[in-house]
Amino acid sequence: MPISLDNNMMRAIIMDHYSNPNNKHQPLNDQFVKIHMHSDNCIDDLDIFLLVKNGVVEDACFDGIGCTISTASTDIMCDLFKGKSIKEALYIIEQYQKMVHEEEFDAEVLDEALAFINTSKQAARIRCATIGFNAAEMILKGK
Amino acid sequence: MAYDVYKIRELFPMLRKDKTMQGKPLVFLDNASTTFKPRSVIDACSSYYEEHNSNSHRGDYDLAYDADMMVQKTRDTIAKFLNCDSREVVFTSGDTQALNLLAYGYALKFLKEGDEILLSIEEHASNLLPWFKVAQLTKAKVSYIPLNKYGQITVQNLKKALSSKTKIVSVAHVSNVLGYTVDIKEFAKIAHQFGAVMVVDGAQSVPHSKIDFKDLDIDFLTFSAHKMCGPTGIGCLIGKYDLLDRMDSFSLGGGMNVTFHKDATIEYLNPPSKFEGGTLNLSGIYGFKAAVEFLMDLGMDNIHAHEVELQEYALKRLKGYKNIYIYNAHARGGIITFNIEGVFSQDEATLFNHKGIAIRSGLHCAKMLPEFLGVPSTCRASFYLYTTKEEVDAFVDALINGGDILDAYFS
Repeated sequence: MPISLDNNMMRAIIMDHYSNPNNKHQPLNDQFVKIHMHSDNCIDDLDIFLLVKNGVVEDACFDGIGCTISTASTDIMCDLFKGKSIKEALYIIEQYQKMVHEEEFDAEVLDEALAFINTSKQAARIRCATIGFNAAEMILKGK
Repeated sequence: MAYDVYKIRELFPMLRKDKTMQGKPLVFLDNASTTFKPRSVIDACSSYYEEHNSNSHRGDYDLAYDADMMVQKTRDTIAKFLNCDSREVVFTSGDTQALNLLAYGYALKFLKEGDEILLSIEEHASNLLPWFKVAQLTKAKVSYIPLNKYGQITVQNLKKALSSKTKIVSVAHVSNVLGYTVDIKEFAKIAHQFGAVMVVDGAQSVPHSKIDFKDLDIDFLTFSAHKMCGPTGIGCLIGKYDLLDRMDSFSLGGGMNVTFHKDATIEYLNPPSKFEGGTLNLSGIYGFKAAVEFLMDLGMDNIHAHEVELQEYALKRLKGYKNIYIYNAHARGGIITFNIEGVFSQDEATLFNHKGIAIRSGLHCAKMLPEFLGVPSTCRASFYLYTTKEEVDAFVDALINGGDILDAYFS
């Protein structure tokens, strides 16, 4: 995906993943690793599930209550992770974190997650935009 | 003298005209959370550090005597403000610590297995969790006064919930989510008939209306200074003296004992000192006094009337919008709790932030209330003595005109 995503495209991506999150459901089996996340200052209350086999994220999903930003960002993250090695997934997380904190980042790997490039305009929402990524990082690093 | 909100605003550094948020003039409507401070309060706080810095209780020199006097004068001012005795004014770090002091100092000492603590599901966490903990420790039971269909706690429902086992009734005078006022005087009367003590969380009432501790005949009242133009980190437990006298201290150390011995016996100072171990938040106490004086000068009745006028104005303007749901139209005060159909509260609050308007979204620390309201969360706008009609207009316009919730990120 080109980095020249315009604002309307980014809006459409976020609204689409918020209105119709295709990864928002309970896991298909009990082999998924689950982590429960809730925000200190808002009501985002999400479970993140990753299915990791032989060093590869085979599947990812989430469920719970979240705002537009947390729901859409987590849904996109699940799409990004499927089929990626743990190393690749961690690299995506790192680049995404750099992006939302306005540091230099590798745009190549973020695909639709680039829609959250403006998160720092609403600093209070950085926690929403990273809640899924923080959860996934904890799972992948075994914390 | 007429209440001139524009003149009042000139006294607040945070309300200067060039103060912006997201590049727009700041409209602060999260006053139920905390309030701005007038110059007199800020100056009083810094005067402690710049002119009076010394410890209270401890010195034989003039500076320390002055600090002692200031602590006493602040107690006197608060006592006058609330119509209680100054010996009944205990300084705490705020409302939360005051309620914890009651839970650990009173309830833990006097409750036993099978006793009941009567609360409501719309209480703030600070008026629930300390009681939960005490219930666990004493095997007492926590129960709840049912809400009526509007979310109010009524005398009728109190009567239904009380029993001979009820030892403590603790409710907020004004709910921090729905803004309803509880008929505390009647509550205290009925609670006393059942032999229970009446605890009132005054966090949302003391800053906004005239409170007469003696006339209400309640046993304990708690509140924070920062919600009434005072500094953070200071607040009060007001208690009837004989009850304070029977209570245990929760924070032991210097400044609260007469003497202690090798056999681990302690002789305590009298209330309120016996609850105030350690160095007090003296800068906060200086500021607290200035804040109470500021409110008394304006007049609590004037403040309340101003807030009610703003609320009525806002509700009138919001009438007829079917997609805007107001949860507390029956309340009388400066809190408006709402949602927009189909919009997650936090997304709405972010859109307001983008317009320079500070409102609150979420559960407002009353995490058991959503089950009653039937929604996961709400938005809350709360007014105060310095809020203007123009600010209410900005709020209502933002609410009516809405806009895409993602405008906050992309414009």
